Amino acid sequence: MTLVRGLRRHWVALAMLSPSIILVGIFVYGFIGWSLRVSVSEWQGLRPDFTFAGLDNFVALLSDRRFQIDMRNTVVFTTFFVVGAVGLGLLLAILIDRRVPGETFFRNVFLFPLAISLIVTGVAWRWLMNPGSGERLTGLNLLFDIFGLNALISAWHTSDPPWGIAFVALPAVWQMSGFTMALFLGGLRAIPDELKEAARVDGAGEFQVYRRIIIPLLRPALLSALIILGHLSLKVFDLIVALSGKDLRLDVPAIYMWTTTFDAHNYARGASIGIYLLLSVAILVVPYLLWSLRRETEL
Amino acid sequence: MTVPLPPAVARRRFLPLRLPTARRRGRWTLGNMVALVILSAFTVFFLLPVALMLNTGLKPFADVSLARMWELPSGIYLDNFQAALAALGPNLGNSIALAIPAAAISSMLGSMNGYILSKWRFRGSDAIFTAFLFGMFIPYQSILIPLVSFINLVLPGGGLPGLILAHVVYGIPVTTLIFRNYYATLPNEVVESARIDGAGFFGIFRHIALPLSIPGFAVVLIWQFTNIWNEFLFAIVLTRPGSWPVTVALNNLAGSQIVEWNVQMAGALLAALPTLLVYIILGRFFLRGLMAGALKG
Repeated sequence: MTLVRGLRRHWVALAMLSPSIILVGIFVYGFIGWSLRVSVSEWQGLRPDFTFAGLDNFVALLSDRRFQIDMRNTVVFTTFFVVGAVGLGLLLAILIDRRVPGETFFRNVFLFPLAISLIVTGVAWRWLMNPGSGERLTGLNLLFDIFGLNALISAWHTSDPPWGIAFVALPAVWQMSGFTMALFLGGLRAIPDELKEAARVDGAGEFQVYRRIIIPLLRPALLSALIILGHLSLKVFDLIVALSGKDLRLDVPAIYMWTTTFDAHNYARGASIGIYLLLSVAILVVPYLLWSLRRETEL
Repeated sequence: MTVPLPPAVARRRFLPLRLPTARRRGRWTLGNMVALVILSAFTVFFLLPVALMLNTGLKPFADVSLARMWELPSGIYLDNFQAALAALGPNLGNSIALAIPAAAISSMLGSMNGYILSKWRFRGSDAIFTAFLFGMFIPYQSILIPLVSFINLVLPGGGLPGLILAHVVYGIPVTTLIFRNYYATLPNEVVESARIDGAGFFGIFRHIALPLSIPGFAVVLIWQFTNIWNEFLFAIVLTRPGSWPVTVALNNLAGSQIVEWNVQMAGALLAALPTLLVYIILGRFFLRGLMAGALKG
């Protein structure tokens, strides 16, 4: 009786889950397999060509000047974006956690950019970071000029490589710092006041309380932030497109994949870039996923 | 909730991000004054792009000039918004016709999946869940070529149905995750006793899980609506100009040499408005979705 019932329960659940299993199976894993197949083919042009090419496309990309620039841009962007968003998020979280008056207002202001499309962000920042000079001085540069801060006037994202891409991190930090702030604030609020009090009683200064007690306890939040921001920055695409169109100096693998596939119809190369992107994200995310799952089942 | 739970437990309880509960009222100490000054400076930084969009959008055409970007408008004029609406109106309509059904369908799938993966777990169900979750992180460039071929095959024409299908499928991981964590807060004893009373898989879902799911649906619907509204990559490769959602049309507007920047600013604000309003009115639910994406730290 129990066995039959157990079996029946099991089957209904599995049957109701199966549409999603099939969809994810095809659209995620099946399509990754298909991309892999295209990446080892010679498909260039509108007509599919599945002649086996081995790893030629992957090897060719490594010596492709544009792909090299893309990788350098990704590294520069990731560094500035992750450090900026983690640093600013942590600072804002610590300041808000002090129970300042108007806490809710500040929190909402720092979080609202998350509700906005990266395309909107890119369009707005394209004018804020406008590099025009003389008659066409505008945006932040104009603001600096008005306040006499001429030293800050900058070419922004049109600066010489590799610094142009570093400025792209500015709108990205603007958009994502609220997220890291929320993560850290959640972590800070979970730290019992007694712990901080005890440290103060033992003679620790305010700075030491942060350094020795609070920051170490934020490590899980920091890990989440690094994984989420890191994988987002490997995938960065919309923001750069909206900010600069297809400016090659700000090119990244996600944009290269898009243009080489859909403009130049070099499907084999496009698929190879897609697989490189997938690998870089997987290295970051898979251990995190497995770790989260194990931590959960341990409970 | 005075005793802080370890993060993993908090996650299982689906604690709604305990940000909103300030335990004490704001204090006016010297340290806090310094903090206020710094926070205010950052408030300016965060509001600057919106200020620019509003300030430019509300000027009459005659007042618009790059050199006077930061001067306030001489009054409230809607010229720019009218021009932007003329350009983006149909695309705003497309975005609505896209985001609402896609969000609704993916939430329904997510609630069923979440119910099964939390209350009807079987051997291998955790592995399936993890396999789903991976789909949330993949760079979509790695599935883009097959996706475009597949959609062109089954739903040709570059219309909205293909894009809706893509959003529904790639929404499964996050909607399942949020609902699974949500239903995990439902005590197993409730499910057990309903089962003893003779309720089955569907009975428990229909009479116990679903009626308790309204906040869960609010979180997932808002999250999906926002993300689908804001999405760009799928939209640009899967739709033709007539079905372009607003993000694609706005990007096109911004890249155009003919459309003035003031109209672009008004257009950007129009494109942002629906999700901004949702955030302002229902921000609490939006935050929970946001934190679910971090798998709860």
